[in-house]
Amino acid sequence: MDWISLLLVPAIKSLVVVVALLTGFAYLSYVERKLVARFQVRYGPNRAGPFGILQPISDALKMVFKEEIVPLNVDHVVYLLSPALTVMPALVIWAVIPVSGASFTLFGQTITPYVSDVNVGLLYILAIASLATYGIVLAGWSSNNKYSLLGALRTSSQMLSYELPMGITLVSVLLIAGSLSLVDIVQAQRGVWFALLQPIGFIIYFICGLAEAGRSPFDLPETENELVSGFATEYGGIKFALFFMGEYIHMITISALATTFFLGGWYGPFVNQIPVLGLVYFLIKVAFMIFLIVWIRASLPRIRYDKLMHFCWKFLLPLSLLNLVVTAVVLVLVG
Amino acid sequence: MAQQLQQGLFLALAGVAVVAALGVIFNRNAVHSALSLLANFVALAMLYVLLNAQFIAIVQVAVYAGAIVVLFLFVVMLLGAGGEMQMGGWLNWRTAFIVAAALVLLTLTGTAVFEGTINGAIGTATPEQIAQVGQTEAVGTALFTDYLLPFELASVLLLVGMLGAVVLGQRWRGAIAGRPSGEAE
Repeated sequence: MDWISLLLVPAIKSLVVVVALLTGFAYLSYVERKLVARFQVRYGPNRAGPFGILQPISDALKMVFKEEIVPLNVDHVVYLLSPALTVMPALVIWAVIPVSGASFTLFGQTITPYVSDVNVGLLYILAIASLATYGIVLAGWSSNNKYSLLGALRTSSQMLSYELPMGITLVSVLLIAGSLSLVDIVQAQRGVWFALLQPIGFIIYFICGLAEAGRSPFDLPETENELVSGFATEYGGIKFALFFMGEYIHMITISALATTFFLGGWYGPFVNQIPVLGLVYFLIKVAFMIFLIVWIRASLPRIRYDKLMHFCWKFLLPLSLLNLVVTAVVLVLVG
Repeated sequence: MAQQLQQGLFLALAGVAVVAALGVIFNRNAVHSALSLLANFVALAMLYVLLNAQFIAIVQVAVYAGAIVVLFLFVVMLLGAGGEMQMGGWLNWRTAFIVAAALVLLTLTGTAVFEGTINGAIGTATPEQIAQVGQTEAVGTALFTDYLLPFELASVLLLVGMLGAVVLGQRWRGAIAGRPSGEAE
């Protein structure tokens, strides 16, 4: 039964990951609203169901049943394609993230805790992340609206710029781990997390991750006080929900990558005795990173656009290069 | 089973690549052309994966799909995408040249395909060896040992290009009077 291990198992694994991420997105929007409300001494959503836990479902229903509005003179195909292009990269990256350490056997099939362990995993992530720009650029262009276009241009130059220090920081991780495979990178953190070996790298990665996902204080994509809503201005209903989904899944993905590269992935105490703990540790670390992101959103104001670019090119990029050089020299000296 | 799957995937991807390539040429809207080019690059990358060359596939996506097409899109979007240039009839020197060049190319490709003489230089590495050291390691080792000089020369060339762009940009900026140079984005 070749086709089971070749087609069926990866398909089911992908389905599980996608469903988990979509559920995660729905409840992340709820958790974020609750958390931000608490930071601001409010209650947050508390009407739909106990403690408002049915809020995401009612939001989704509302989005789905909204009237489809397509503005005049938009480029139809591109206009409808770009929300999907925004969600796709954030989902596809999960193909190489190991969520646990132990494989298990089900119906005679060995199920590995990742969809695929390619030996170019890290490069794969950088390549797919660079595709995330398309959805936004095309949304801004096809909407036939000046605010959308300005928002899209800003966003894409922001994302292209911040990809650079992020990539260079990941090269430092690569130097220590000695492998591009994410499974090997996690295994290299058996003893000590890379966040301790690479504190500067970790912080740079986190900042760049915020900028890549368009999260506060780098949420220039949707500067509502100057650009209405940026690239998403002309989108409504389920199409807007897709952009929203893209941003939130991106946030989960960035947190999962930070966990994998710097926080030891699924490693934790007693993980060798009880393998299921690996998944638990992974989820706890991801949840912690997401909490940090929400915390930052509740605490920091948005920075001005030119400051954002200066910060990236004149501070983060030289710092990440310096970090790389120091890492390489130390590695050679230590041997 | 795996064989058939591979063949089916090859046919599907090759079909996508050809259709997308035709789309690049025949689309009247420049942005749609650029998008077709993107689809073509992605299909090519997947073909590389089928050939067991994951590293090349990833580089194809990162460099061509991730960077170059984005730049195309920027240029097309910012310099105006709508206007298609009218050439005044199809029978002119331009068409004649294109037809002639296409015929020459077709003849060359046809000869190569049917005579089967186009074979790149075959290296010493076997798929088993590459699987053992890893693809990225294999490419890296080749670049930093056998091809070190061309590799470094190419990097100097890129640097020269970058400096040239900066110099040209500075000259243009000087023309805008009274604008402090640190202020622009």
